[in-house]
Amino acid sequence: MQILLKEFPSLLQGALLVIEIAAGHLTLGFLLGLVLAAMEVYGGKSISLLGRTIQKVLRGIPALVLLMLMYFGLTRIVDVSSTVIAIVALGLRSAAYQSQVFRGGIKAIESGQMEAALSIGMGKLKAIRRIILPQALRLVIGPWSNIFTMEVKDVSLAYSIGVLEILRRARFIIRYTHGNAMLLYCMIALFYFIIVRLGNTFLYRLEGKLWIPGFERRGRTKTRTG
Amino acid sequence: MTEKLLVVEDLYKAFGSLQVLKGVSLVLGKREKKVIIGPSGTGKSTLLRCVNRLTTPDSGRIYLDGVEITGAKGQLTKLRQQIGMVFQHFNLFVHMTALQNVRIGLTDVKRVGKAEATQKAMAVLERVGLAEKAGSYPAELSGGQQQRVGIARAIAMDPKIVLFDEPTSALDPELIGEVLNVMRELAEEGMTMLLVTHEMGFARSICDEIIFMENGEILEQGPPLQFFTSPKHDRTRQFLHKITELYGQGGEE
Amino acid sequence: MGYFELAKEAFPAFLGGLRITLELWILTLLFGGILGILIALARVYGNKPLYYLATGYVELIRGTPLLVQLFIIYYGLGDVGIFIRPFLAATIAFVINTAAYQAEYVRGAIQSIRGGQIEAARALGMTRTQFIRRIVLPQALRLVIPPWSNEAIVMLKATSIAFMVTVPELMAVGRMIATRNYRYLEVFSMVAILYLIVVLFFTQLLDMLEKKAIIPGMGGKALGA
Repeated sequence: MQILLKEFPSLLQGALLVIEIAAGHLTLGFLLGLVLAAMEVYGGKSISLLGRTIQKVLRGIPALVLLMLMYFGLTRIVDVSSTVIAIVALGLRSAAYQSQVFRGGIKAIESGQMEAALSIGMGKLKAIRRIILPQALRLVIGPWSNIFTMEVKDVSLAYSIGVLEILRRARFIIRYTHGNAMLLYCMIALFYFIIVRLGNTFLYRLEGKLWIPGFERRGRTKTRTG
Repeated sequence: MTEKLLVVEDLYKAFGSLQVLKGVSLVLGKREKKVIIGPSGTGKSTLLRCVNRLTTPDSGRIYLDGVEITGAKGQLTKLRQQIGMVFQHFNLFVHMTALQNVRIGLTDVKRVGKAEATQKAMAVLERVGLAEKAGSYPAELSGGQQQRVGIARAIAMDPKIVLFDEPTSALDPELIGEVLNVMRELAEEGMTMLLVTHEMGFARSICDEIIFMENGEILEQGPPLQFFTSPKHDRTRQFLHKITELYGQGGEE
Repeated sequence: MGYFELAKEAFPAFLGGLRITLELWILTLLFGGILGILIALARVYGNKPLYYLATGYVELIRGTPLLVQLFIIYYGLGDVGIFIRPFLAATIAFVINTAAYQAEYVRGAIQSIRGGQIEAARALGMTRTQFIRRIVLPQALRLVIPPWSNEAIVMLKATSIAFMVTVPELMAVGRMIATRNYRYLEVFSMVAILYLIVVLFFTQLLDMLEKKAIIPGMGGKALGA
């Protein structure tokens, strides 16, 4: 138990790194996901096909494989830390999943909205930005929280490319203290559990705050994305 | 003097703070048909559900064929085999064909062999005029057809009495007739029936007694002729007036 | 050695790894499926203690990473003296994990079945076991197929995590070959392609299965995959 206290700073650093990577890759995934979704819904035949293919490939490969690919691929070209690679790899994959959620949200909005926007002279891009997206984003908070949950947990996979996040630090400790495995891993599990919970509670409240009368609060479609 | 098949004594039932049944009593003799009418939410459905124990009354007694069934705990499934129920929303088993729906009570509850059960089920489907639809799923049938399958399912069990909980309220007008016809035939064959319905014309033509319930109590009851021509209470008169306005007098069909 | 020659040489090894992957996957789906149904039943029909146990289990498993769960079972238990072979440990971890997710899908399916049918079943005189077996489960199992096939594919990809505890599945084989030849990027790209093919293949297969199981009128979209 004293081990814990002694190593707390190290573990804390690892924990913070987890949060950093989670925030980073979710944001990257969010932005790219929007682009992919727009490509699929509004792009012409070839762009939409491109978008669909990209997303299918990114979702068809295990996260671990993608991490490895990025690690060995990128380190040849640029000199970046494992952390950045983790963010990029997980972010790309996340983009694929998020794009699906956004696509669903955009499609759920009646075509009449777009038509009305165009009829008063808005360009397509402007209509998307001012009319469609604000609605779509509100609709998708529910399903997006599933993505959030999954993505946060997947940060644990960054371990495999040597990122000094909490799991790896725990492994060091276990190795040189010849024990404490159960204790440390359970702690890490608890850590993730708490973050996931907090995040989901926040999202739930956010959904409530942004709610507009007439919008159905999307029940959590519990399907696991991965 | 007809044998008493169903005796309900002093039934009370509350849901939370709402008292839905306030000391309701009625008697149904063998082969008798009685209709319960009244404003929505006055406990009519609850009364029916207490008879086959889908709902448990708070106090009071119910006797079926001389045997008290109110306390019956372990005998519930046996009891329900003797009482048939037809629901407002049909409640057919969505994943089964019409034939399977009618048959399942026989095979699973009464433990009849499959061949025998199939024969019986087909015969009953024939009676309600749906033999050719035996292989269809509920979603492929019209509302009227679904309800007829529902009736078939109930009578395939050879119950002593059939309870009808607003059997035609969820149907489009043109489909009501086919269901009422089946019910009429059932009545003419001598089945004991307790119905909750708004179909006044039908009620008038087949039943032995009409019971008017309001606010969990029976306000008035009597044979149809007397009921319609000289109701005793003002409330009854008001209600009848309203009902015939909405649903029409409905003469003999 | 060029890319394609390397691929050809490594192919038998890849196949060996793939076989382990598929073994792991099938065992996971089988036992995870059964456990998932049991937990769902506990959550819908169980008494208070059963319900809380099942709910706690589901919340805990779904809220923690699979990798950590795997480490707990393989290394954690080893720490307290219980040593389990890698393949078995991975199977156990994956079964426990997928069962939690499947329990939720089954539960959703059960609860989306219209209550009127259950009333009708009771009115006919069916016991609870009977109507669960004959009315609820047949419908629930059909309704569960879309999210279940989604989960199946997720687990297929997740088997790669077993490489972390030295299970010789596809990913591990890839790592080994890459290290041996110092050809990391190329080898992993081959691994990626292999996974892609297998995933696409099974996705198609499961889609066909979905189509076959449709009964007219049964809300296939009830769970929204």
